[in-house]
Amino acid sequence: MSKQSGSLRRYILTRIALAIPMVLILLVLVFVLMRVAPGDPISASQGGKLNAAELAARRHAAGFDAPMYQQFWDYLKSVVTLNFGTTFSDHRQVRDIIIENGGATLTLTFGALVFASVIGIPVGLLAGRLRDSTIDVAGRLFGILSYAVPVIVAAPMLMLAFGATSGQASPLVQLNVPTQTHILIVDAMIVGDWDAVGDIANHLVLPSIALGLLIVGVFIRMIRINLIQSLQGDYIEAARARGVKETAVVGRHAFRNAMVPVITVLGLQVAMLLSGAVLTERIFTWPGIGRQLIDYINQRDYVAVQGIVTVFALVVVVISMLIDFINALIDPRVRY
Amino acid sequence: MAQTTLPAPLDPEITPRAPGPGKSVRFGGLRRIVIAVRQAHGVPKFMLWTGAILSLLFVLTAIFAPLIAPYDFDTYQSGGKTFPKQGAPDGDHWFGTTVQSLDVVSRTVYGARTALEVMVLAVVFSLILGVLLGLLAGYFGGWLDRILVLVMDALFAFPYLLLAIVAGFVFASITGGGVVTAALSITVVYIPQYFRVVRASALSAREATFVEAARAMGAKPSVVIRKYLFGNVIQSVPVIGTMNAADAIGTLAGLGFLGLGIQPTDAAEWGYDLDRAISDVNAGMWWTCLYPSIAMVIAILGFTLLGEGLNDVLNPTMRRRRITKVALPALSRRRVVTAETAKTAATAESAAIAATAATAEEGEAAK
Repeated sequence: MSKQSGSLRRYILTRIALAIPMVLILLVLVFVLMRVAPGDPISASQGGKLNAAELAARRHAAGFDAPMYQQFWDYLKSVVTLNFGTTFSDHRQVRDIIIENGGATLTLTFGALVFASVIGIPVGLLAGRLRDSTIDVAGRLFGILSYAVPVIVAAPMLMLAFGATSGQASPLVQLNVPTQTHILIVDAMIVGDWDAVGDIANHLVLPSIALGLLIVGVFIRMIRINLIQSLQGDYIEAARARGVKETAVVGRHAFRNAMVPVITVLGLQVAMLLSGAVLTERIFTWPGIGRQLIDYINQRDYVAVQGIVTVFALVVVVISMLIDFINALIDPRVRY
Repeated sequence: MAQTTLPAPLDPEITPRAPGPGKSVRFGGLRRIVIAVRQAHGVPKFMLWTGAILSLLFVLTAIFAPLIAPYDFDTYQSGGKTFPKQGAPDGDHWFGTTVQSLDVVSRTVYGARTALEVMVLAVVFSLILGVLLGLLAGYFGGWLDRILVLVMDALFAFPYLLLAIVAGFVFASITGGGVVTAALSITVVYIPQYFRVVRASALSAREATFVEAARAMGAKPSVVIRKYLFGNVIQSVPVIGTMNAADAIGTLAGLGFLGLGIQPTDAAEWGYDLDRAISDVNAGMWWTCLYPSIAMVIAILGFTLLGEGLNDVLNPTMRRRRITKVALPALSRRRVVTAETAKTAATAESAAIAATAATAEEGEAAK
């Protein structure tokens, strides 16, 4: 036992050590990308309104005439202190934006994951078990079709089909629920305001489906392939030879092994979900981080964009790390 | 989207291969794809053909847009008469008109042209850069390889649309929004995919005996890369290419939807049209968003099916050998074993064994 936990600890430490250069490269990348664009945020946003001397003064105050290494150092410091800089247009800390709007994005992505699992896992399992049957072909084609329908197509179609207002999230803001966790639905639950919970859930359905459709195809495909491959395993043949019932063979022996890689896929989809969330939030006026990002891009607020993009990138890195830990925990072979 | 799942390396038994005699040495790997496609049957064949037809429909619409569309993409009047604003579909405007009094048929058809232009540019750019960097990193290794791998992994970890948004944001402030700018911002997203696959196959091909022989005979790195590595790594590219083509259409529309893609005055673009159509949807107007949506789904579906079909045909783990049915001799009530029946039974048995062996072999390949 002690030996086992030792190897797990070593694996986790190595994985974290490997993630550090990756994060550094990511930070450099974001920094460089933001600096490649000509001009600076102040001239971009205030260019017409201020004269040259005032512009220079403002730039100096914001530290934009500092040498590159100094700016990079400040950026690094803002990341390490988890503060991610202060926006130009409204002088908010990026950290506050993440905290206040993160709840909405989290709710949306969670809803999308639930939708994708509810549809994707059974369809994928059926398709894999009944390979090359009509169900398999139909399931696969549905997967491909859902993949071919981008969020910006799925969302308006859903709104047309189910009534536009049912998807609109703006009335959510008027809900009178005290803020505790910044996740509106959880706040409503804590207070015990079940009408509000129902209202939020109601508003959540269409955005979740629109976003979930983006990944349900990947779910179906991955589960199908994994089930097919695990059904070809020797232990399946052995189980069948022992006379284990077919339902138990599929359900107990094949399914469990097929689900392990699915966890990895789930983790990899987070990057995709975050991308889709930016679009979904804009369509349904969902008050999440993605909508804030687009607003700041339109205002040319470089610091805010840099901060939010950094947070997104870090989230993806951390989640892929967590997925690796979970895999190592489940499957001892990964650790070596 | 999306990050397409990367195809597994092609048949391990055959790769890497030394270029044989013959003219098209460099693209010899591609010939195997043609052969595999010809042998396709069942669902993959259906996907390949449907995909090809849909993609062709999209490409032809894009090329002949001026002949198909009744008006230009930015025409809002004809014969001195302004088009109706948000007019429902009728005889003059089959798909209706938008909030800017533009004809939806023309917008949709010209949108295909923009999508094709950006798609081709994005795929070509990322293919050239990705394959080149992958070959260099895989062949030379060392610090160049390590740095490139780190950068590519970092790019790969980024949420794809976010990367395109940031790249679009940066490029647009340098060159202004146009087809090339949009293509460049999408390119950034796809380079890592080509890089990874090409680097992996270059790494394995580098160790092959024929490459060692070429090096021993004093071939320069450029010669080895061009003549011996290129043909081996190019095989995995068509699947990623078609998948990326499908993806590029969606990404472009995503950018356009957010107002970061092509400027609306430059060309018709589906994403921009959909963005404008969202408020129409709230007002119950369906035509401004339905037709660009259908066009987009057809285009993406075509290339996705093509890519999926190719992947099925080329990926050995998903390929299924056709197993011929074994005809067993009819059971007669009284089994009289003559020399003749014994012989048939033996043949049937051996055929059955062969069929089982084929299945087992497939199982092996899957692992």
